[in-house]
Amino acid sequence: MPYSYIEHTADIGIRAVGKTLEEAFEAGAEAMLSIMFELKTINEAKSVKITATAPEIDLLFVEVLNEILSIQGRDMLALIRLERVKIKKTASGFAFTGYALGEPLDLKKHEVKTEVKGATYSGLRYSLSDSGHQLECILDV
Amino acid sequence: MDIKVKKISDFLWEIPKTSGMLVPGRIYADSVGIDALVMELKEKKHSGLTPALMQVANVATLPGIEKASLAMADIHPGYGFAIGGVAAFDMNYGVISVAGVGFDINCGVRVLTTPLDKKDVEPKKAQLAEMLFRDVPSGVGSTGEIKLSEHEIDELLINGSAFIIERGYGTKDDLEYTEEHGCVKGANPHAVSHRAKERQYRQVGTLGSGNHYLEVQWVEEIYDEKAATAFGLEKDQILIAIHCGSRALGHQIGTDYLKVLEEASRRYNIPIRDKELVCAPIKSAEGIRYLGAVNCGINSAFANRQVISHLARGVFARVFGISTSKIRLLYDVAHNTCKVETHNIDNVTKEVLVHRKGATRAFGPGRIEIPAKYRAVGQPLLVGGTMGTASYILCGTEKGMEETFGSTVHGAGRAMSRIASKKRWSGAEVIKSLEAKGILIRSGSRSGVAEEAPGAYKDVDKVVEIMHAAGINRKVARLRPLVCVKG
Repeated sequence: MPYSYIEHTADIGIRAVGKTLEEAFEAGAEAMLSIMFELKTINEAKSVKITATAPEIDLLFVEVLNEILSIQGRDMLALIRLERVKIKKTASGFAFTGYALGEPLDLKKHEVKTEVKGATYSGLRYSLSDSGHQLECILDV
Repeated sequence: MDIKVKKISDFLWEIPKTSGMLVPGRIYADSVGIDALVMELKEKKHSGLTPALMQVANVATLPGIEKASLAMADIHPGYGFAIGGVAAFDMNYGVISVAGVGFDINCGVRVLTTPLDKKDVEPKKAQLAEMLFRDVPSGVGSTGEIKLSEHEIDELLINGSAFIIERGYGTKDDLEYTEEHGCVKGANPHAVSHRAKERQYRQVGTLGSGNHYLEVQWVEEIYDEKAATAFGLEKDQILIAIHCGSRALGHQIGTDYLKVLEEASRRYNIPIRDKELVCAPIKSAEGIRYLGAVNCGINSAFANRQVISHLARGVFARVFGISTSKIRLLYDVAHNTCKVETHNIDNVTKEVLVHRKGATRAFGPGRIEIPAKYRAVGQPLLVGGTMGTASYILCGTEKGMEETFGSTVHGAGRAMSRIASKKRWSGAEVIKSLEAKGILIRSGSRSGVAEEAPGAYKDVDKVVEIMHAAGINRKVARLRPLVCVKG
């Protein structure tokens, strides 16, 4: 997946790129989930719908990451990645729909790593260039 | 913004007021520390990441800030606010900020004293470590033994530790020795989303992960006999230290209000230099709601640490055959909060909203908020170190009241990123080398242990010495770890 991590003293930054905006969001989600779980220990047995809206693309990225964390925590899931992502321009900004794949969290089976408390507006950047869409943000861990 | 740093004294530095800053920035550091911060400023200038000194300066631009944008000696870059950041705001003209509190609302430390000494515990250390690891839920996805309904969650958010104590998790005495008696007033459960409460149903009494821990420590050195006697501390005595926060409830409140205050910043036209510094006027509808929600997070974290104390007391009682009543709560301090407090500013006593992001309230002698037993010496301050170094117990001073709104450091402060730490050490290596030093680590996450390697942190001795030398607090005792349960 086209993502990388940004060194940050207290927390962890993520940088996600994609040919399309949807691909960049998928990469960002996987970058975050990979901090929390050893992804190869999780099966794609279940999918949960993720929706979010925001006035700008960068804010939408934070909204989506936080919605994934929130649903993961509420439903006690181990999640791997997003699929069927659609981002639409709306009258008030942008609307996201997508599905997060994974299965119910089983501490005997899944290798857990570090909890992510939230995605922040810190270091938040969106850019579009010839090489595609790039999103960056700092996660509070 | 061009940032310059001016020396005030050997341990205090100032960012003079420049365009947009309403007050100066003031940083507690030694010359080596300030050089490192200035270097970071140069290196990160074009990286998109905000250096810690820039964060101090940015906070100084927020409306209604009083006196100075402060940073304690454990300063390192956070998000919006620097970690170790303290800022007080006028109640009428000031703002409330999500970044000034953080996602882990009332992440804090409590310390319990035991009647045991190091000799009693050494032979049973391994058994103790196993039982603490088994009985105190920790790590990603861990759940607690208490399951609450939404109605009960609301009661917990309003009443904090008292709610949990009524259900048998501790004694009323514990309330006396918790900051705010384990319950801040003004908690509004209606300001907390259903989602936040849902995430908390199974998490009361869990440590979490990252830098959270439960440690068994021993008193290595006493610096101030009078304060140590007041706090009930003796050389070689065994203590229990618990570091954790409000878990997913706090995280969700932070997430929810980041969005609310982002909209509010636009609505009220508040000039902010960093997106993460979104805020609302304290007395606006959004500000009042957020403060009501923060208070819920604060109370939830007090209750969380109370449950963990109960579990730890149970383990000690079983392993050493002592009564749980002999394990006394010394004190419980909060790190990530904003609270309405009374302070003397330019000879006027007034209420202000003090944000402490990775900083501890450190009230000096005589303050009514301090338990009667400690009032003559000042508030106990519990500074958490790393798994391999030391922790400290300090006490607040009058000078701290004058200079820092009665605040000080919260820990050693990170010096190295989590990624760099994992590249440098493996979890297994860290565990092995600490075991060789007599410190047992129990954790469900090897990568978490690597991220938290002692070498990834600043030197806690130096951080504490700076605040002591600056007169903001006084050293009382130095503690060393024996057992550490990591999230």
